[in-house]
Amino acid sequence: MESLDSIVLTVILFWPVVSALLVLLFGSNDKLIKNGSIVASLLPLGLSIYLLTAYDFTVGGMQFSVNAEWIPQLNASFHLGVDGLSVPLIFLTALLSTLSLFYSAGVIGKRVKEYYFLMHLLQMSMLGVFMALDYVLFYVFWEISLVPMYFLIGVWGGANRGYASVKFFIYTLVGSVAMLLAILGVYFATGTFDILEAAAAQPFADNLTLASLAFWGLFLGFAFKVPSFPFHTWLPDAHTEAPTAGSVILAGVLLKLGAYGLLRIMLPTFPNASVYWAPWLVALGAIAIVYGAFVCVAQTDLKRLIAYSSVSHMGYVVLGIGAAATVMTPEGLANMANVFHLSEEAVRNSAVMAINGATLQMFNHGLITGALFFLVGIIYERAHTRELAKFGGLSSKTPYYYAMMMVAAFASLGLPGLAGFWAEFFTFRGAFALVPVWAAFGTIGIVITAVYILYRIIQSVFLGEYDATKVDHWTTVDGHHADGPTDMVTFEKWTLWPLVAGMFLLGIYPTPLLDFFNTSAIELMNFVSSLS
Amino acid sequence: MDGIFNAAWIVPIPPFLAFLAIILGLNRNKRGTTLVAVGAAAISWILGWGIAFASFFTGHFGEHPIDQALYSIPTGTSEFVIGYAVDPANALMLFMVSFLVLMIFIYSSGYMTFPGHLSTAAYPEAAAQGKDPRYSRFFAYISLFATGMLGLVVSNSLLMFFIFWEIMGLCSYLLIGFWYEKPSAKAAALKAFMTTRIGDAIMLVGMIFLYIRSEPSSLRFSELFTAENLEQLAHSTANVPVIGAVPWIAVIAVLIFFGTIGKSAQFPLHVWLPDAMEGPTPVSAMIHAATMVSAGVFLLVRMFPIYEYAGEVSASALQFVAFIGGFTAIFAATIAMAQWDVKRVLAYSTISQLGYMVAAIGMGAYVAALFHLLTHAFFKALLFLGSGSVIHGMEHGFHHAHEHGSHDAEGHDDHGHHAHVVRRSDGDLNPEDPQDMRNMGGLLQRMPRTGWTFIIGGLALSGFPLITAGFWSKDEILASAWGGNHLWVFGTLAVAAFLTAFYTMRQIGLTFLGKPRSEGAIHAPESVPSMTTPLILISFFAIVGGWIGIPEYFPVIGGIVPNWIEHFLEPYMEYMHLHAHHLGFDIVPLATSLVVALGGLGLGYVIYGQGLKEGQIDPLSKLLGPIWWAWHRKYWVDEFYHDTIIAFTMALAKFLALFDREWVIDAIVNAIGRVALWLSAVLAAFDRIVIDGAVMGLGWLSDQAGGIARLLQDGRVQAYLLFGLLMAAVWLFLNVLPLIMTLV
Repeated sequence: MESLDSIVLTVILFWPVVSALLVLLFGSNDKLIKNGSIVASLLPLGLSIYLLTAYDFTVGGMQFSVNAEWIPQLNASFHLGVDGLSVPLIFLTALLSTLSLFYSAGVIGKRVKEYYFLMHLLQMSMLGVFMALDYVLFYVFWEISLVPMYFLIGVWGGANRGYASVKFFIYTLVGSVAMLLAILGVYFATGTFDILEAAAAQPFADNLTLASLAFWGLFLGFAFKVPSFPFHTWLPDAHTEAPTAGSVILAGVLLKLGAYGLLRIMLPTFPNASVYWAPWLVALGAIAIVYGAFVCVAQTDLKRLIAYSSVSHMGYVVLGIGAAATVMTPEGLANMANVFHLSEEAVRNSAVMAINGATLQMFNHGLITGALFFLVGIIYERAHTRELAKFGGLSSKTPYYYAMMMVAAFASLGLPGLAGFWAEFFTFRGAFALVPVWAAFGTIGIVITAVYILYRIIQSVFLGEYDATKVDHWTTVDGHHADGPTDMVTFEKWTLWPLVAGMFLLGIYPTPLLDFFNTSAIELMNFVSSLS
Repeated sequence: MDGIFNAAWIVPIPPFLAFLAIILGLNRNKRGTTLVAVGAAAISWILGWGIAFASFFTGHFGEHPIDQALYSIPTGTSEFVIGYAVDPANALMLFMVSFLVLMIFIYSSGYMTFPGHLSTAAYPEAAAQGKDPRYSRFFAYISLFATGMLGLVVSNSLLMFFIFWEIMGLCSYLLIGFWYEKPSAKAAALKAFMTTRIGDAIMLVGMIFLYIRSEPSSLRFSELFTAENLEQLAHSTANVPVIGAVPWIAVIAVLIFFGTIGKSAQFPLHVWLPDAMEGPTPVSAMIHAATMVSAGVFLLVRMFPIYEYAGEVSASALQFVAFIGGFTAIFAATIAMAQWDVKRVLAYSTISQLGYMVAAIGMGAYVAALFHLLTHAFFKALLFLGSGSVIHGMEHGFHHAHEHGSHDAEGHDDHGHHAHVVRRSDGDLNPEDPQDMRNMGGLLQRMPRTGWTFIIGGLALSGFPLITAGFWSKDEILASAWGGNHLWVFGTLAVAAFLTAFYTMRQIGLTFLGKPRSEGAIHAPESVPSMTTPLILISFFAIVGGWIGIPEYFPVIGGIVPNWIEHFLEPYMEYMHLHAHHLGFDIVPLATSLVVALGGLGLGYVIYGQGLKEGQIDPLSKLLGPIWWAWHRKYWVDEFYHDTIIAFTMALAKFLALFDREWVIDAIVNAIGRVALWLSAVLAAFDRIVIDGAVMGLGWLSDQAGGIARLLQDGRVQAYLLFGLLMAAVWLFLNVLPLIMTLV
């Protein structure tokens, strides 16, 4: 097992590249490419499950690390490692990738080779971001992730794909430039590209102005990806135009790269600036929750609605991270304990819960919104429209679909008993202890979320009388004529079940997942005091 | 004996398994569905009663209540414990809930026949069986509902309580919208969820503050209600914007109370509950009697130590609760006076009675509130199920009339909709509406079992003296109000009690007495035994349920039966450091109880005792004119909300969507894009005209560049980037490969 532990990350990371090359080798046999890709993707999935079982969170910290010389001229090293934060996210990436490949096999007919090639590359880049502990490596993977997504939207996307893909590319590229400048700043201040060493060196610790510049550089880079209000408008376009699996990966994993960066790099490296600027983060998060929810209510396109719901839901992540940022330093902690008449222990636990909420939201949003985008794809393949006004009364026509959508929609709404609730609860639990006014503002989102989920999605798609004249031409999933809506077929059910089961299990018993996040959140909150 | 308490966590499980079994496999099999759902409810009932009776017969059970952990969730260096609890308060609830759930399940198996608003042609199979086409779905939903309520009862922490509370909210949404083809049902379901969601969101805030401010940080009842924690909550203050410094405990008490306002349909969030009548009748009984609405009051009972301590440091917190309760009691009672829908009268009556219980909590009358909660659950379930039986009979009556009548040419599967609406000064009347009491009359002859059990329930609701359960529990609330010197509350509740007796008699008179006023009422048959048997069983408790709480001081009969409920709860109250209010005998509340109950019933009988004549306008509407109309129109609260809150929310949503996509944010993004394009065009022009013009020799190079640019615009950009990407990947891989080699 020792030898496995030393290479497991490398194998998970580069196996998708091997798969991508194999896809090129298979040439023009679409069926072989599809099946081969699905089977190949089971290896990283299996190994990520191995990570879940083998990660020793009683010890905590970075495990399965690899650190080797890579580009000595740049002082960049091939440094990988995972902790309680990244292990579940790697699992999520592997899971959603496999499901996306599996689902796409049923619906993608054009340019199969390129499509699968890009999907594998995309998976590699996302895994790389979650594993990299070297800034150069991190940045390389971060940038690579842009390219396959750009093509997935641009080639396999909807009618307005040109605008959407360019907008996506430019938006995130601007963020990347800001981030690159900040990374260079860190390098010149600390002389290392190692993420952990740089954080331990605490660059610009005594110069708040420079620290703030670097902080905002990083924040912009990550915030564009999250996306945080007001940098979010690439998202509705990109999500709406992307092919189903592209939307799933985009919402399920790519958005988390930004939030991951905030936790992995920004907070520990610039704790003073984090404390100083935390109110801004909190405000952006709370505004995103409420603003995104309201915008959802006015949507008429199902996919665009779910895209905006991501803006709202990722707001919880930013709110939770922002709340914890207020107490990143011992001084911040003492200050908050004083202001709110709580013990320092209570304040620290509240911050940990805020981060737990944010990280749970990252994971659960991946499950839930991933499922929602699959479900949108399923109905779109049949109705060839996503206009909410065209649907109605599908509850009795497609009961299986209805049941799946109900679970995903109510999980998204934060119904207790399903996964989404714990994320919202712990985010608010942490945020109300540290930033009560903005947290109170954010609770408006709880109510408005119910409006768009029920009033917009459930009421207009599933309830009411079914009217056969509204949709011009129903087809089955494989494009044959149908007299009306047809229910989910086997491959669609198989795609949805792992996600739906996850929503139930984590809703009833979130402990296994929280054991991971809680461990790394405690480490993060103790990071600054552990340095001295 | 103690072992059975450790099985408390199992009580909610059987209905949940039934829910899973039905949605996953049994949904085509209606017989199997009935068997599994009713069987699961029966198992929960046996277990629930086993636990309840074990606690009743354990001496001084309240001194050592059960609180066991099942598993925990990490929260920083501490943990959140998920588990179950058994104590006298929830043992009583378990007794009531598990029994009523079983009764409602049995009743539903008879009730869920093919509904009138669907066409038989669309669902031939279900129509042939005579069952609702979504019969299995109905049992799945009510099974999940039962899980929610039973789980809520055995919860050991406020968070778990909230989780099950919300699951019930989901089920009520599903069940109210069960006949979702009807626009009214669809709208009612949304309204119910949204209205309660507002209350729940505020409650969540209160709960989170409680979690934060408690020492140790917890939501577990057994840790919350220690004297030290309650003391420190009472003596630390929050700076509330606008109001100023307020004890934390008062802030928390008021915020959590909003959960009750939503769930127990108190003013101003009461609007959802009457509309919830759109669901099938067993749903009304589940929501309005046994489960959801009483959960709101049970929340206050559960959190009572918080309210009592809050009352000590900030009287206004408790006064607020009492005010909302008292106001709702009389407000809803007046509306119930002027309704025609047999279920809507009961709905407003429920709101009013819940107001009683809330007011009792506001006055610190813990035992009285819980007592009335229990008795009301029985007689209100009885009334709702009875009204369902009436509606069922009326539907069959109309159907029968159509089949044997003169005008069945067009096929009247959905008869109710085609009928001609009659304009009347006391509200429009659909002459074929099986729920409108103006179409009923004389049903006691046609449906004796339903009629007599309904009358028992009605008398209990009115507080008919000595015999019925409602008298004893209502009397205790009035006595507490008088004894605690809450004279305004006492007066309000007394008037509301009078109105209650009056409208109950009106309902009995219109429905069961006098002469039938429609074909439906003439031909209405008695319901099947699976429906009437639960009615008879529940009516037993609607009477004797009150005998467990006869005060010892009561003249003549006091002391013959011990005041069992108080004896049972007293050790528990001491355990939680609550003050038991021992009331002495006082003639005023007793006399008031007697006068309002008998007076209301008597006056109601004088006016409505012979029903109405055909076409007769409600005498009260003539007498009261615009006041009656205001009651009939429910004080226009719905219209007000629609034109203010809802209109505002929708307008804001539209505005923000345009702000995002058209006016500001995307406008800026696109403007930046345009500026960049424009800038590059200018630079290109500069390049072409100035530089090219000056340095002719470079013209050739510039041509080449243009060629490449054209290539890129040819759509081959993908191929190029793909190639570049591939090279990057290969390069990365070749660099990394040696690394892997060294590692292995």
